Amino acid sequence: MNRLSPQKQTENGNNKSLHKAINHHQSIVSMSHEKISLNAVLNPTDGADVLGGINLDPIRITPPGRWPSLHLQELWDYRDLLWILAWRDIKVRYKQTALGAAWAVLQPLLTMVVFSLIFGRVAQLPSEGIPYPIFTFSALLPWQLFAHAMLESGNSLVSNQQLITKIYFPRLLIPFGTLMSGLMDFAIAFGVLLVMMLVYQIPIRWTVLTMPGFIFLAVLTALAVGIWLSALNVEYRDVRYTIPFLTQFWMFATPVAYSSTIVPQNLLWLYSLNPMAGVVEGFRWALLGNESFSLPYFLLSTGMVVVLFFTGLAYFHRMEDSFADNI
Amino acid sequence: MSDIAIHVEGLSKQYRLGQREPYKSLRDVIMRAAKKPLGWLGNDSTSGGKHEEEYFWALNDISFEVKRGEAIGIIGRNGAGKSTLLKILSRITKPTQGTADIYGRVGSLLEVGTGFHPELTGRENIYLNGAILGMRRHEIAHKFDEIVDFSGVEKYLDMPVKRYSSGMYVRLAFAVAAHLEPEILLVDEVLAVGDAEFQKKCLGKMGAVAGEGRTVLYVSHNMTSILNLCQRSILINSGSILMEESSDKVIDYYLEKQQTTNTFSRTSNKDPNQQEIHFSNLSIDPINPKTGNPIDFIVEVRCSKDIISSDHHEIAIGLLNTQDSKILQIHSKHMNRDFQLKKEITKVRVSLDNLPLSPGNYHVNLWLGSGSFTIDYLQNCFSFTVDPGFFVVNQYVENLGYPVLVKSNWELM
Repeated sequence: MNRLSPQKQTENGNNKSLHKAINHHQSIVSMSHEKISLNAVLNPTDGADVLGGINLDPIRITPPGRWPSLHLQELWDYRDLLWILAWRDIKVRYKQTALGAAWAVLQPLLTMVVFSLIFGRVAQLPSEGIPYPIFTFSALLPWQLFAHAMLESGNSLVSNQQLITKIYFPRLLIPFGTLMSGLMDFAIAFGVLLVMMLVYQIPIRWTVLTMPGFIFLAVLTALAVGIWLSALNVEYRDVRYTIPFLTQFWMFATPVAYSSTIVPQNLLWLYSLNPMAGVVEGFRWALLGNESFSLPYFLLSTGMVVVLFFTGLAYFHRMEDSFADNI
Repeated sequence: MSDIAIHVEGLSKQYRLGQREPYKSLRDVIMRAAKKPLGWLGNDSTSGGKHEEEYFWALNDISFEVKRGEAIGIIGRNGAGKSTLLKILSRITKPTQGTADIYGRVGSLLEVGTGFHPELTGRENIYLNGAILGMRRHEIAHKFDEIVDFSGVEKYLDMPVKRYSSGMYVRLAFAVAAHLEPEILLVDEVLAVGDAEFQKKCLGKMGAVAGEGRTVLYVSHNMTSILNLCQRSILINSGSILMEESSDKVIDYYLEKQQTTNTFSRTSNKDPNQQEIHFSNLSIDPINPKTGNPIDFIVEVRCSKDIISSDHHEIAIGLLNTQDSKILQIHSKHMNRDFQLKKEITKVRVSLDNLPLSPGNYHVNLWLGSGSFTIDYLQNCFSFTVDPGFFVVNQYVENLGYPVLVKSNWELM
């Protein structure tokens, strides 16, 4: 072994040369005779360029700072990983199920049937003159996205702990990526809703044009809760057990199964502090034009979403540095 | 462009002891908050002292520099801080103090197959794992055939990896990792998996990477591979740099030191003096045992109890390899033996006629108890090197990757 050392040192200075690299490869690592590894030396792909530009700025690793920054550029650089994590979740989601992706349609449909029977027929809850199944389904759309974010994103960091302790990437990708499979379900359920609106002959109104805005708000709300819960769950595993109850409770605090017209007028401001109240009311207004939609309360609700989202980001970034140690 | 790839200055990392409580629950936080005012009223100095003890420095004031295109080996015993250093440099965890500047794209390989999903097929896992390791999608597509070729599992590409044999799994995982092309590569003992032939193939690939002028930081217990790949090595001991020299010098020093320091050390965070019965020493005879040759373990137990316990105690010696895999257990119960402890020191000799371990480094766990009740348990309290030896007369045993050897009878039927 010692025999090799001097040779290695002479090569050290010139190892940028391809020719030398091959020599080096053949002489020093004589045990390797594989064609493949030689090929890799002969055709060095311009890795750094392919990989999104040579990073000339040094990466500075320091103790955790007081003020975390958002690193938006970095999130963007890692967008491929975001897609692939989302793709993995979607791909794995309905593996080894008999019905497969039909679950994405069945879940909201079955919930709608149950709600229509219990709340619509038996309890006779008012639905502002809209057919009850449509009334509740339009709310179930954003609600299920939100519930998905609570459950899946909430547990996402912990269930990906193998990744977190072994590799670096912006941790936000994990709750973000998990949300994608929820968005997929959302898109499918949205198709179902459009079919149902045709069946019930609901007229299409101009307010439908505002839908993208409300969808964005729904996604933002789901993200906000997802990042809050996922980061909290790393530190306090109680979160995992709290989520099912929280989801149930939150749903009854949101006008999914009933209309917000039954909420006493003097309590509406309190009711609107629920970020999801605004999202659901907005969906109904855009799709069905219900009258209970009121702009001030909607804005209050939206304000809560924004607060929740930015405090969530701040908390996440504060905890992020110690995820690998605490998880 | 400067020729420095990594510049590390005063890097330190503090961890909490007490792995038993890896996560907090809200209840604990509330309890602690409730206790705090009481603790403050009580004996403050003792609680403060305890607080100090709960922490230890995994890395303590590490500084070094790596030049562009250099391959550096990192050597040290288990728990010396090698992995912590790589974790900080690959940004998985933050240092407690100090800084590290990294000039270039970092690829880290702390484990093969990070993020592999058992339900996905080999093909899908190549894309998934590649992306996790930091490759862009078109880059993976570009190298896909090469990766498949290297792994040698092309027949099973469309099978979920949960049906793969562990060997196939590792091959595929390493093949992806081997095609990562960062400017700086951090590798932690990942070559220790797989069969000998595949290990050689991997080492060849690593050599190629180093030869291409990329910077490599390589942690391994395999001194031969370090000598082959790295011009310079850093020896780390208890979180500090002990030596930084050419690889052959560092390895010589390390092996020599390891042979002379295979002494017993209590790494348990419990204070031995608090325990009435505890292990106080372990030694082996000879100091450099050889494969297939006799070896004696001499275990010493200290008992400070005044009353002589009539309990019968069992002793177990566990041997682990450098990857912390449990290899061999030597248990008094298996031989239907137990011991009554004497006051002060009890010495027990355990003899093996033929050490059934192939050459390499091993470390020792010690257990003392009766039945399922544990009195003292020490992990990694001793380590030793098994040198090549004759298992049967004239049959020199080489390390072929299988750690355990047994005597066997062969006859033609």
